[in-house]
Amino acid sequence: MVEVRVENVRKTYGKVEALKGASLTFASGAMTAILGPSGCGKTTLLRSIAGFIQVDEGRVFLGGDEVTQLPPQRRGTAMVFQNYALWPHMTIFGNVAYGLRLQKIPEGEIRRRVLKVLELVEIGNLSDVETRKPAALSGGQQQRVALARALVVEPKVLLMDEPLSNLDAKVRQRLRAELRRLQKQIGITAIYVTHDQEEALALADTVVLMDQGRIVQTGTPQDIYLKPETAFAAEFLGVSNQLEAEAADGRLVVAGQTVAYAGPARGKAVMIVRASDIHVEDPATVARPGMVTLTGALEESLFLGAHYRHYIRVGDVIVMADSPDPRPAGAVRLVMPSDRVQVYGK
Amino acid sequence: MAGVVAAAVIIFGPLSSLVIWSFAEKWYWPHLFPQQVGFFYWAKVLQGDMLRALTDGFLIAIVVTILTLVITIPLAYVLARLPIPFKPLILMVFLLPQAFPQLPVFVNSTTLLYRVNQGGKFWGVVLIHMVGALVFAVWTMTAVFKSVPETLEEAAINLGASRFKSFYSVSLPLATPGIIASTLLVFLYSLDEFTGTLLVGSPFVLTLPVYMYRTSVGYELQVASISALLLMVPGIVLLVLLERYMKSEYLSMFGRI
Repeated sequence: MVEVRVENVRKTYGKVEALKGASLTFASGAMTAILGPSGCGKTTLLRSIAGFIQVDEGRVFLGGDEVTQLPPQRRGTAMVFQNYALWPHMTIFGNVAYGLRLQKIPEGEIRRRVLKVLELVEIGNLSDVETRKPAALSGGQQQRVALARALVVEPKVLLMDEPLSNLDAKVRQRLRAELRRLQKQIGITAIYVTHDQEEALALADTVVLMDQGRIVQTGTPQDIYLKPETAFAAEFLGVSNQLEAEAADGRLVVAGQTVAYAGPARGKAVMIVRASDIHVEDPATVARPGMVTLTGALEESLFLGAHYRHYIRVGDVIVMADSPDPRPAGAVRLVMPSDRVQVYGK
Repeated sequence: MAGVVAAAVIIFGPLSSLVIWSFAEKWYWPHLFPQQVGFFYWAKVLQGDMLRALTDGFLIAIVVTILTLVITIPLAYVLARLPIPFKPLILMVFLLPQAFPQLPVFVNSTTLLYRVNQGGKFWGVVLIHMVGALVFAVWTMTAVFKSVPETLEEAAINLGASRFKSFYSVSLPLATPGIIASTLLVFLYSLDEFTGTLLVGSPFVLTLPVYMYRTSVGYELQVASISALLLMVPGIVLLVLLERYMKSEYLSMFGRI
């Protein structure tokens, strides 16, 4: 169990600054998810920790040791790749045993450890792993083998680069839960890169949100989801509505309507609220304390299975609101808890 | 059906005339078939110069293939994997001899080789063959190594493998079918190469295509037919093998080098 720390790491490719000075501590024994849109620098950060990328500036520590100058072979991390990166010419057993064979461990012990780790990742039938090649397995099973290959060498840190994004939704959901269980069971420090906010929230103890080479916010999944600190954070986490607003002391003007406001923003601002936080109610509803209320006209509703998504015109913008019940088109009131409404100054 | 027949005639027509010629001991106009058939010329060929041309040709092809592999495998790997500057330029250099008309290139090489005392010698012919062979080999093998995903090697390096170990245990075995295909191409190229061999090697180095040319110019059509038939055998055998090892993804990689 080691703590991973990066200090002010920078990386530039040509003219593109992939990392603009990221500093962060990844807690020992915890699962940290690095979340962000593609091109935000999350994979670059992960690969800098693995050693595949030499950072231009800054330092990387594993435990107490600085590893900034060490090649990837000597860092003691193990990585799980998006495309599994299993070696198709080796058997399943050969794939998992590779790292141990490099360490010149006796063949008997290798056997014992490989079979044990394959059991741990629940690969199923262990009898034919020495004859079958990875291609004979499904995607989900292949990623289990890749995970076994990484865990069997007992790495200091487990690095995962979008390991589930090539799998279909059902397998992804299931493996997500298993990854979480395994990581807690072994107690290994794990860093998990993903662009899927739901996955990050579900898996991680700590979520690190990145945008354009910078770390935007770090916190527990609950913090990140409920208290986004920037417009980007609020927008990225969940299906959100962005409305232009004008903030003043005690009030906020949104699409020509005035609502109560107690926040610090003044002047031009943007109001962000998730579709799932908006209740669609009758136009006769009166304003209640602690609720922000807007008036609009429902134009269209789509049935998405778990809920209906309503498209409501408020002034000249369309607001999305999710609710379990269908609703006819026409005038409605949008009611949202004021602590779920984020206002950011521009 | 008519198409198949037409194709068979077009392919096997000339071939059958070669077969007939190889057995013809006496065949004068206007007879449709030889007046006398037998193994006279086959026997003559198998005793004489022909065998020397056959063994020399194979020896040259084997040496060319081995040298090309030794140079190309590391070079292609480096070109495919490492961020080297001027990569397109390096690849272009190998293509350059093919960009100009063959004859002037070979004539100039010949004068050059004679100046360093390699004209008419085994190694001179090997060198001139390698000019062409390297083009095939470098381009195909770079494509082959490119078709092995880089993350496969990263996974090995990540677990502690050295760069060489990751090449040896991951990229090389996965590239083997492509390397075999490329090897066969080089071998066939060397075996069939004519212009360079004739210019550089004459009169002392004799390979099958040069031998065939000489005999047919001397109007010994029987001997020329027999050497043509013999020259076809390795070509057919190797092409059948090639078809087994060549993967379409290698070809699709060509554009992405």
